Amino acid sequence: MDSARAHDLRTVLSGDDIARATRRIAHEIVEKAKGASDLVILGIPTRGVYLAQRIAAAISEIEGVEVPVGSLDITLYRDDLRLQPPRALEPTSIPAGGIDDKTVVLVDDVLYSGRTIRAALDALNDVGRPAAVRLAVLVDRGHRELPIRPDYVGKNIPTSSTEQVFVRLSELDGTDAVEIADGAGA
Amino acid sequence: MRHLLSAGELDRDTALLILDTAAEMSALSERSVKKLPTLRGRTVVNLFFEDSTRTRISFELAAKRLSADVINFAAKGSSVSKGESLKDTALTLEAMGADAVVIRHWDSGAPYRLAHANWIGGSVINAGDGTHEHPTQALLDAYTMRKHLRGGQGALEGVRVGIVGDVLHSRVARSNVLLLQTLGAEVTLVAPPTLLPIGIEEWPCEVSYHIDEVLPKVDAIMMLRVQSERMKDAYFPTAREYSRLYGLGGERMKLLPEHAIVMHPGPMNRGMEISAEVADSAQAVMVEQVANGVSVRMAVLYLLLGGAKELSE
Amino acid sequence: MTAIVIQGVRPYGEDAVDLVINDGVITEILAPGTGVGTIIEADGLIALPGFVDLHTHLREPGREDAETIETGSQAAALGGFTCVHAMANTDPVADTAGVVEQVWRIGREIGLIDVRPVGAVTVRLEGTQLSEIGAMANSAAGVTVFSDDGKCVHDALLMRRALEYVKAFGGVVAQHAQEPRLTENAQMNEGELSGKLGMVGWPAVAEEAIIARDVLLAEHVGSRLHACHVSTAGSVEVIRWAKSRGVNVTAEVTPHHLLLTEDLVATYDPVFKVNPPLRSTADVLALRQALADGTIDAVATDHAPHPHEHKDCEWGSAAMGMLGLQTAFSVVMETMVEPGLLDWRGVADRMSVRPARIGAVATQGHALEVGALANIVVVDPDARWTVVPEQLASKSSNTPYAAREFPGVVVHTFFEGRPTVLGGKIA
Repeated sequence: MDSARAHDLRTVLSGDDIARATRRIAHEIVEKAKGASDLVILGIPTRGVYLAQRIAAAISEIEGVEVPVGSLDITLYRDDLRLQPPRALEPTSIPAGGIDDKTVVLVDDVLYSGRTIRAALDALNDVGRPAAVRLAVLVDRGHRELPIRPDYVGKNIPTSSTEQVFVRLSELDGTDAVEIADGAGA
Repeated sequence: MRHLLSAGELDRDTALLILDTAAEMSALSERSVKKLPTLRGRTVVNLFFEDSTRTRISFELAAKRLSADVINFAAKGSSVSKGESLKDTALTLEAMGADAVVIRHWDSGAPYRLAHANWIGGSVINAGDGTHEHPTQALLDAYTMRKHLRGGQGALEGVRVGIVGDVLHSRVARSNVLLLQTLGAEVTLVAPPTLLPIGIEEWPCEVSYHIDEVLPKVDAIMMLRVQSERMKDAYFPTAREYSRLYGLGGERMKLLPEHAIVMHPGPMNRGMEISAEVADSAQAVMVEQVANGVSVRMAVLYLLLGGAKELSE
Repeated sequence: MTAIVIQGVRPYGEDAVDLVINDGVITEILAPGTGVGTIIEADGLIALPGFVDLHTHLREPGREDAETIETGSQAAALGGFTCVHAMANTDPVADTAGVVEQVWRIGREIGLIDVRPVGAVTVRLEGTQLSEIGAMANSAAGVTVFSDDGKCVHDALLMRRALEYVKAFGGVVAQHAQEPRLTENAQMNEGELSGKLGMVGWPAVAEEAIIARDVLLAEHVGSRLHACHVSTAGSVEVIRWAKSRGVNVTAEVTPHHLLLTEDLVATYDPVFKVNPPLRSTADVLALRQALADGTIDAVATDHAPHPHEHKDCEWGSAAMGMLGLQTAFSVVMETMVEPGLLDWRGVADRMSVRPARIGAVATQGHALEVGALANIVVVDPDARWTVVPEQLASKSSNTPYAAREFPGVVVHTFFEGRPTVLGGKIA
């Protein structure tokens, strides 16, 4: 994102909003799973990985136990590979205990068409057989193209398909924020 | 990247991208389900004008792990041996819709010709051409060195590599010199003068006629296959003398630093360029090279075929 | 028969004149615009004696799919040649009076150029037994040049005998200098590039060693030697040394060795595969200098047509050789005339006078004077043209100059006083 169009951005979630949302999601996960045992949190690169780590840390705080957290790169499972140049792969790291018979919570920053999650489900299938798979996203911007719905949502943000949603996380971007750019100007 | 014809055409970033991708592929290969859907519906043809079961199987496995359809087209026992030209074979493969052709050919430059003569539209991967190049071998060697000597990260700055043997006829040596130079390693070629090409002094590497002077200074030593038939063309007097002067045996191996690895592109001539004792020693990484070959070839296939063709050019 | 007047032409690029031709002979040289007869416009164009090629592969008999005497004659005439020497490596090999007479007769019947058959030195070019040199010399073809071109007469004893034997017939042995053991399966010039490309090298020494041996043999037996397609700076040095000793040796260089270098091999396009191979820039410069100072006597095309399938393949399987007849003059102009290494009289000397003398062709290479046989080429030094392989007259299209623009256009060619080419087209 270049600074030239920074003035087109409007902030929809502040750093505090993001912190509250991740904490709430952590609580909801624990509540629904009735504890933190048998949970595995897997983030989808790039920013989903950092969100997963934050959620896992929050759960640990709540429950007082370490929650296995990892990353799941879905590049090789994408259905739009042939629409773009080949992409570099991101690391996949599955926690040592694996995912068999666990409740896997997939974490991504933005839920849009649902295709990324479809690819992630395929990827998970090759890793093992979880008891259940849940989906946590920071932002649900709508426009689903597949029958996929999130279990935990930081914030529903209705958008037009010409708009772009930017999630910034301090680990990568130096600050926490969710911003929307008007597609017409972008 | 549209084709992979020469290790020399890879810049540092591209080479590292391939190695990094191979590392991910390698991790995926440790899963119980080793198959990825990435190249579903793509066709990879292994076009082998020379026997090389090892290289063919490696490419075949790599393509199959990425779900590509694989056709093995061996020139022997096919229309090629009945006089069909490379061109007609290429046109046939094109008509069958080959997305990539992995070619092993006895003629230096044949993959380049296949890629540039407007015979086919797909990607061409050089799996060894004559005495020219074998880029995926160099990539898997670099991958192996990086894993052992650099913790699997970054390039190979400062890594010292000795390559010993029939450099003149070795496509492995050529590709390795080019790639290792790109990745910052320091290469010394070791061979009798008869087995070094004219003009070697212009290559980006050192040259020595004496293996014993080189062994103590390297982090990796790569022994090249030497065909004993070479002595018929007077490249060396006898296999025994070659082995004595340039072979890596147990005694000589003591000159190697303890951390150094012993490599060989295979197939090995045990007793010629390498003794059984060395080949089976803890410092030898030949088996690992084979496994890494699959990962590197998966990475190459993915990077060549995984994206949109018109955008990857 | 009415006179032909080449009007306003400049012989050797000098003052404009009308060249008047009657019955195949230059009968008058008049002030421009004063000649009477069939006028052929040549204002500002340059007249030179018709070019003589010492080294042409016409492929007939045997490989008529690549070239015939007819298509080769057309290509030659369009290139400004009035005489070519047809190499012996046909199928059957031109190693008997029967074959050379056949080639010669067909050449006469076509009538575009003088087709002078070259006789093989050894039977079937096999390098083991002398062919019937005397029979070929005494045949209607009157063979004077003997060569196993394509192969080297590498046996020193056989070469000595050949050099001696041809003396009886005023002949010359034209040696394809290539030490066979040093060039087994050779693909390109041996050097840094061959090492990088992984190709078997064709070392310069394989040519130089044979030329050195042969000039010493020629000196020893007092015979005449001609070195075909000299390609290296070292060969030039050897020939220069031999000439300074008074050895009766002559040498030729091909247009492609005056222009192209080995770098082109990196394209792996077999159109650049030729024997001897393209060499280094230093070699090219030495060859130009040697042609300029006369150490190398002649430009010879080594015109080597090959059917498409022998070139549209991988390098190692491809045939060696390239077309040369229609581009020779332009290459000489670009490499020798434009840089000032040869003037027009020099071009006439290297492309007509000396090759005619080496081939002992009495009817060719005459100076443009009254009484000379009218074998004449008229060129436009100011025009440029672009090579389109398919448009060349040759049956094959393996020119290395596709899409290349050249200076110098052959406008008219006259063979024995008759126009064979007018306005760049077969008359």
